[in-house]
Amino acid sequence: MTAMDAYNFAYLDEDTKRMIRRALLKAVAIPGYQVPFASREMPMPYGWGTGGVQVTAACLTPDDRLKVIDQGADDTTNAVSIRRFFQRTAGVEVTEETEDATIIQTRHRIPEAPLQERQIMVFQVPIPEPLRFLEPRETETRRMHALADYGLMQVKLYEDIARHGRIATAYAYPVRVEGRYVMDPSPIPKFDNPKLDDSPALMLFGAGREQRIYALPPYTRVESLDFDDHPFVASKADHACDICGATESYLDEVITDDQGGRIFVCSDTAFCRSRQEDRQ
Amino acid sequence: MNIQPISGGFSDAPRQSATAFRSVLEVMSRPGKTAVLSGAKPPAPLSIAAGTAILTLADSNTPVHLAGVFDCDALRQWITFHTGAPLVPADEADLAIGHWHDLEPLDRFRIGSPEYPDRSSTLIVELHDWPQENARLTGPGIKTKTLAFVPGNRPTDFPLGLDLIMTMGERISALPRSTEVEFL
Repeated sequence: MTAMDAYNFAYLDEDTKRMIRRALLKAVAIPGYQVPFASREMPMPYGWGTGGVQVTAACLTPDDRLKVIDQGADDTTNAVSIRRFFQRTAGVEVTEETEDATIIQTRHRIPEAPLQERQIMVFQVPIPEPLRFLEPRETETRRMHALADYGLMQVKLYEDIARHGRIATAYAYPVRVEGRYVMDPSPIPKFDNPKLDDSPALMLFGAGREQRIYALPPYTRVESLDFDDHPFVASKADHACDICGATESYLDEVITDDQGGRIFVCSDTAFCRSRQEDRQ
Repeated sequence: MNIQPISGGFSDAPRQSATAFRSVLEVMSRPGKTAVLSGAKPPAPLSIAAGTAILTLADSNTPVHLAGVFDCDALRQWITFHTGAPLVPADEADLAIGHWHDLEPLDRFRIGSPEYPDRSSTLIVELHDWPQENARLTGPGIKTKTLAFVPGNRPTDFPLGLDLIMTMGERISALPRSTEVEFL
């Protein structure tokens, strides 16, 4: 018996998938609102993308081609193990090319290549509540969302400016969805925030430990919070990729020795590789 | 023995419901778009699309309301056998099925609360035919604007409201509460 036959299609049982699917439809109908769902134990630890994996499992069809990235890379442990998980339990095709994928599960990045209408992005989310570090009580944050009372978040960003002279939040930068819900875009760098706005692809967010699912339908207005005199800036390291020379991609800083040596490389490995192949 | 209630389900539930769900997800995230939804063969008067949607979304945790002609023995038995969903009055329903005039008045259905806008009903509206576009839609999921058929006014007080799924034959489209409707 192969692993494919030993598990239900895409691992989860049908009752669980139905429950997640109902939550996903609500999430799409109420963009930016965090829908509670009965997150299951998955055969991987919390923090490894159990929310994203459950969303992907509920969305996968046998015809899909899956790409999984971790901080932009296709070849890191988290990405490789989740990709293999769905190869074994759903028998779906996988790819590293952004353009070829129909579902892209991601930890903390949005690919550099433009997304398309036929694609679904699935984000792994550790803490879905953008107000959680400002207000620990769930009853309070829920009421704040109900009343669209987001003054506390503006105060937090203002304190950044008072302390550092600028908004120092560099990742998980809060956004406002269609002028209503304030949402945590997951810990993507703020460089990626503009890609959330008016995206042709559907974007789904799954938080396994925190048991929340939320969504951005395609072509949804997504604004990064800011101030008139301190507008939002999507920043990246002021450098070109030391491998492919790209100046427009998000870069990782890699320490190369203990003499202070360092290089900057694209965090999106598929993007970097295709540029290297084009140059040859 | 009457075997109608036990026939007409999915022959390969995991794969068929996965494909069916993607169609439902697609139309819910792109209001105005229609898709093909098939797989189930429910007894009359339920359409294939509506029957497939029910098998994909309903189970024992999903109270279902049958309105008008859909509240018949054949359908009650079929839905109970295949999904185990409790059949309930309109104000308790997560899912409701009916023609538009039988679903009205819509204020019977739950539209959620400010704290939990997701605790609302989804209406599956069966259409006799697919009428002409009568409304201009704007909002999330729509690039600029699109023309579509909307069966009538629905209570909306975003983020509260009802989400609609329209079905006929093997066709499906959806109208989430987030969509702004302007009748032509």
